[in-house]
Amino acid sequence: MSEAIMIKDAVCSFCGCLCDDINVEVEDGKIQRVRHACRLGSSKIMGHARIQSPMIRKNGVLVASSFQEAYDKAAKILLAAAKPLLYGWASTSCEAAKKGILLAEEVGGVLDSTATVCHGPSVIGIEEKGLPGATLGQVKNRADTIVFWGCNPAEAHPRHSLRYSSNSCGKFTQEGREGRKIIVVDVRETKTSKNADKFIRIIPGSDYEVISALRMLVAGKGDNVPDEVGGVSKADLADIAATLKAAKFGAVFFGLGITHSRGRYKNIDNALSLVAELNSHSKFVVMPMRGHYNVGGIGQVLAWSSGYPMSVDFTRGGPYFNPGETAACDLLARRDVDAALIIAADAVSNFPRATAEALAGIPVIQIDPYENPTTLLSDVVIPSAIAGVEVEGTAYRMDGLALRLRKMVDSSFPSDEDILMGILESVHKQRQLAANEGA
Amino acid sequence: MSPDFFKAVAICHLSEKDFKSLGLSEGRNVLLKNEFGQVVLTAKKDAGLPDSMVFIPMGPWANVLVGTETGGCGTPHFKGLEVEVAATNSPVLNIRELFSGMGA
Repeated sequence: MSEAIMIKDAVCSFCGCLCDDINVEVEDGKIQRVRHACRLGSSKIMGHARIQSPMIRKNGVLVASSFQEAYDKAAKILLAAAKPLLYGWASTSCEAAKKGILLAEEVGGVLDSTATVCHGPSVIGIEEKGLPGATLGQVKNRADTIVFWGCNPAEAHPRHSLRYSSNSCGKFTQEGREGRKIIVVDVRETKTSKNADKFIRIIPGSDYEVISALRMLVAGKGDNVPDEVGGVSKADLADIAATLKAAKFGAVFFGLGITHSRGRYKNIDNALSLVAELNSHSKFVVMPMRGHYNVGGIGQVLAWSSGYPMSVDFTRGGPYFNPGETAACDLLARRDVDAALIIAADAVSNFPRATAEALAGIPVIQIDPYENPTTLLSDVVIPSAIAGVEVEGTAYRMDGLALRLRKMVDSSFPSDEDILMGILESVHKQRQLAANEGA
Repeated sequence: MSPDFFKAVAICHLSEKDFKSLGLSEGRNVLLKNEFGQVVLTAKKDAGLPDSMVFIPMGPWANVLVGTETGGCGTPHFKGLEVEVAATNSPVLNIRELFSGMGA
């Protein structure tokens, strides 16, 4: 028995909050206890049943293989494909993302992240309008008015309210929840709405109209607003507009309730305009509630490598981006890709059924620590070490702050980076062999 | 493939009035249908939901009811879908059953 080690102030690699105050007790090379993390983060760090060995599907059954055999088979699939999709990347490090981009360029594929079934519309809206942003620390220390629109952090980002937003106590917000005005806009009551001073229930799909009405009221053009918009009375909308204008420092957090509804990226475009206009009256910032812990990071790495934040097509010799054409769901729905590498994501669970069915018709390589429904359709399965628990690396918090993930325990599994490099080396080797045979 | 996760997402929240008008009781299932597919889920009463609206957590069961159209932005239309809801005695498929016939 070795003595227990306490790892202090580690970063939790579960959600976009990247809480950096986690204490982890390690004994005999195993994590024994996790302190300060929420239930979701604690479960991630403590871990559960893993994929034990690389596997290759033979005669319809996944059969254990060596890592090298799995790398060679994966490379063979990618080389044989005219247009492979390399998808996922939200639950691994930026260092792994860099290797993935290298592989996508090398094999001429399309690299897309889980943002396309999450905050993809936010990414497009932000490209259109720009983001009046802030760090979560600024919100904690300064915000006296906070709007949660189409998001439910009480369940999806459990420590957000206490660490960064509604219930946090900061330098100029020492009264915490008591000193703040909290507005929640959603189509249904949630745990988050129960913590609000004002809950506005809108008709599903009416976000754009409600935001437009608020913009009119903020601009002093309330005469043009009808008596009811999106199921909300004009009096309630006027009340919210007045609250927003009176804020000393306001923050809007938005979630999938707005990005997945009718209007999608146009909803975000309109919300960003509202926030920009509120800055004529007060200081206002806005932030998407990013889900997976490093979905922001893959966007950053892709943007600085290719110029585009997601859905990047490398099949043309240079990066090309046109969501609706180059996004994973569109490519699969059109049967426009002929192989897929899914890493640190569960595409089969999160894509529409018919889109997931398209994956069943092509060779699929999965890189993941855990079995998930994507494993059921995969032809090559490569188990990896868990970034942020067994491997160090870089991740971006939902506000764009880069944080260093710690290694807490050793792993017998290779990192995502190692696996991607193993596949890339096999790609080079097989290309060379083919060239030699052709010579 | 944790059973707890799938138990948490293979559910359909309904308003108290809708729950009653469909003749449901705790543990009963509902069949949801639309142009994209049909799926059986466990019904759950939710006092926070308005009438004529159901809430299903995102996941493979909900995605049976989601179409492939992305409106040119790459993201499918996951919310605000129209569905028909009825009580059923059919069971909720487990994850392997849900994807049976789709395997590689």
